[in-house]
Amino acid sequence: MPKQIFAKLIKKEEVIKDIYKFSVKAPEIVELSKPGNFIEIRVSEGIDPFLRRPISIYNLDKENGILEFIFQVKGKGTEILAQKEEGNDIDIIGPLGHGTFKYEKYNNIAIIGGGIGIFPLYELSKEAKLNNVKVSCYLGFRNKELVMLEDDFKKVVDSLIITTDDGTYKNKGFAIDYLKQDMEKSKYDCIYACGPLPMLKAIQKYANENNIDCQISLEEKMACGLGVCLGCAVKTAKSPKEAPEYWHVCKGGPVFNSKDVEI
Amino acid sequence: MNTEVNLAGIKMKNPVTVASGTFGYGREFSEFFDLSKLGGIITKGTSLKPRSGNKPTRVCETASGMLNSIGLQNPGVEYFAENDLPFLRKFDTAIIVNACGSSVEEYVELCKILNTLDIDGVELNLSCPNVKAGCMAFGNTYEGVKHVTSEVRKVLDKPLIVKLTPNVTDIASIAKGVEDAGADAVSLINTLLGMKIDIDKKRPVLENNTGGLSGPAIKPVAVRMVYQVSQAVNIPILGMGGIINGEDAIEFMLAGATAISIGAGNFISPYTSINTVEGIEDYMKKHNIENIIDIIGKVEMN
Repeated sequence: MPKQIFAKLIKKEEVIKDIYKFSVKAPEIVELSKPGNFIEIRVSEGIDPFLRRPISIYNLDKENGILEFIFQVKGKGTEILAQKEEGNDIDIIGPLGHGTFKYEKYNNIAIIGGGIGIFPLYELSKEAKLNNVKVSCYLGFRNKELVMLEDDFKKVVDSLIITTDDGTYKNKGFAIDYLKQDMEKSKYDCIYACGPLPMLKAIQKYANENNIDCQISLEEKMACGLGVCLGCAVKTAKSPKEAPEYWHVCKGGPVFNSKDVEI
Repeated sequence: MNTEVNLAGIKMKNPVTVASGTFGYGREFSEFFDLSKLGGIITKGTSLKPRSGNKPTRVCETASGMLNSIGLQNPGVEYFAENDLPFLRKFDTAIIVNACGSSVEEYVELCKILNTLDIDGVELNLSCPNVKAGCMAFGNTYEGVKHVTSEVRKVLDKPLIVKLTPNVTDIASIAKGVEDAGADAVSLINTLLGMKIDIDKKRPVLENNTGGLSGPAIKPVAVRMVYQVSQAVNIPILGMGGIINGEDAIEFMLAGATAISIGAGNFISPYTSINTVEGIEDYMKKHNIENIIDIIGKVEMN
């Protein structure tokens, strides 16, 4: 059951260029949130920009009721959001999404993220590890300048592989290739992924072909975030092309079983 | 202070309803407030058989508004009657079903079923711009709306509201067709057909290329059309198009609307509709209006 609140911004930090981490006091939302949930933020009180911005939850500090989210300044809405100062109130609805990351039945999981898609994977890594699941994490970035949050992740996982496409930092190449190499010996029970579409497609293909459980967090243009506008449609894998069936990122997702959706 | 209105025989405790397609079948919003506070709920567009809707991308933001091309995704009238209507009926508010179809026969079949359900009225959707057959195809000529409306009228005893498209040259004449065919009210406006292009990809953002524009961006067009229709017909008007607060609602009522709908405004805050109810009451207090119906159509033209 989501809530709409005005949450005080208590800490604002630029993670890397144009990417901000906001910590807000939101005990009502934190209490109800699970790894994989997202929030929707109204960045302006006026009518332009009109819609809320869906943003994934990075970290839940249950003890202090603090929610952290990270976003990239991409357009007018996120530009306005980035201008908020500590002490300002932020209009948030959350937690949103019914499909969240499920790790309870696994002992040994792999988490893979790319670029700004790594944000929802932190809370999952942290929570799974706290619940005695072995967490191996693979984070891919385009180049050294875009590598972020390495220290944060390092603290909450058992192993962390950082890759850059151009090899300017740590391992050269795509994160998925390193995950595949390790799979032989590590035999992960489940793969969790969030990131750019080509990466998600590659992971989905690999997991489905090898019959490995896999949960992917998806993105789609969205209006309400509540499941009423039916904007954020994603086609189910089982439905035929001529009679497609659609689920919705905000309602069935944002996390889906990789076998259930066509991306 | 009396905020009650009567829209073509549908009694409502206040003039605020929620527009089709922006409120689902009520469940999601019931987690935020008591739906009984609303004058009425217009359901998601519902068809005879389930519809899967259009390929994504289905929505995008535009200046002070948004475009959508959902394509009337809905579970069909049978599912609605079994699963959603009993839930909606728990609330003390008018339930109006938005009915859509692809042919005259389909509209008639659907309305035969709706006539047997415990609902307060039907809003006939002759104006969705996002589906290939039906809807707007019927809704953009006087003869077209008159024909569908009169066929539906034969099988529907409940209050019949016909929702009009603004994508026409003369909306007043279309409204006249609806009135001549025996409808009890008209609702307007549905979305304005629009398009947004991604300049990097050099392609429209919406998969369907075009979509319906809604939100505050369309409000002045809607107010003008409500006024024009109010001058042309004697049946009441359910006005909508970019309303997000009490002041907007009053504007529509002054222009001639008996009741109003909140549409895209539901997306910016789950409380937009009930805040609008309060906003109307504030206006009544400020202007010493005892009865809300006293302001309907009271705009004085220059």
